[in-house]
Amino acid sequence: MKLKRVRDLLEAVVLSGESHLEEDVQSGFGCDLMSDVLCFAKEDAILLTGLVNKQVLNTADMANMNSVIFVRNKMPSQEMIDMAKERNLLVMSTKYILFECCGILYKNGLKGAHLR
Amino acid sequence: MSYELIFDVKRGDFDTAGEASRKIKRTLQQLGVSNKVIRKVSIAGYEGEMNLAIHSSGGKILLEVGEEELVLTIEDSGPGIANIDLAMTAGWSTAGDEVRQMGFGAGMGLPNMKNNADNFQISSKVGEGTKIVMKFLV
Repeated sequence: MKLKRVRDLLEAVVLSGESHLEEDVQSGFGCDLMSDVLCFAKEDAILLTGLVNKQVLNTADMANMNSVIFVRNKMPSQEMIDMAKERNLLVMSTKYILFECCGILYKNGLKGAHLR
Repeated sequence: MSYELIFDVKRGDFDTAGEASRKIKRTLQQLGVSNKVIRKVSIAGYEGEMNLAIHSSGGKILLEVGEEELVLTIEDSGPGIANIDLAMTAGWSTAGDEVRQMGFGAGMGLPNMKNNADNFQISSKVGEGTKIVMKFLV
């Protein structure tokens, strides 16, 4: 699925990294615990989270996850948006809760990014 | 070793924590290291950097780049780990609420560092400090 389709399905606002919207994504990982993202998430997956701080962007960057979606209408600070731009990360925000985001994306073909 | 980088990490500075790992990742990309290895080093290095910021009284990260392996050394000046076996247990952590609210302190850091490294050595003495040496085959 193209990331722009993810944006449309979640009615998300794009905050940085628009150039990634034409790229394909196969899987996602929904979690507020960054320790677990670093342990269990596959690379090249979308990170969906309700946690908003700079360490979320560091986590995504280090784990080679190029797109982050903040759920529950959470909005990153301008400093975080600038940091995401500098690191070329796609960052979006959606009104849906984490459960709904995962359900919508899963129903439309995205798989869980569980590193087994 | 043909290339070395060293970074200081301060205790409790969660605004800049992650900077060293980012620079290490960018350096390895510029050196043409494979993405698979970069991801392992980045994750292990970032876990180590967060551990320094969360638990230590300050420390250093050293990256040594050789022909056949990368060596990442994470060393602090205290407080030291009383029981390393316990600290290596997945899910065990002494992190406080502030750290947990940031999405860390789940007790997965040390086991995850060990999982990502091809060789992992940890030594620690209470009152002196902790040293972790991780090797990654290129």
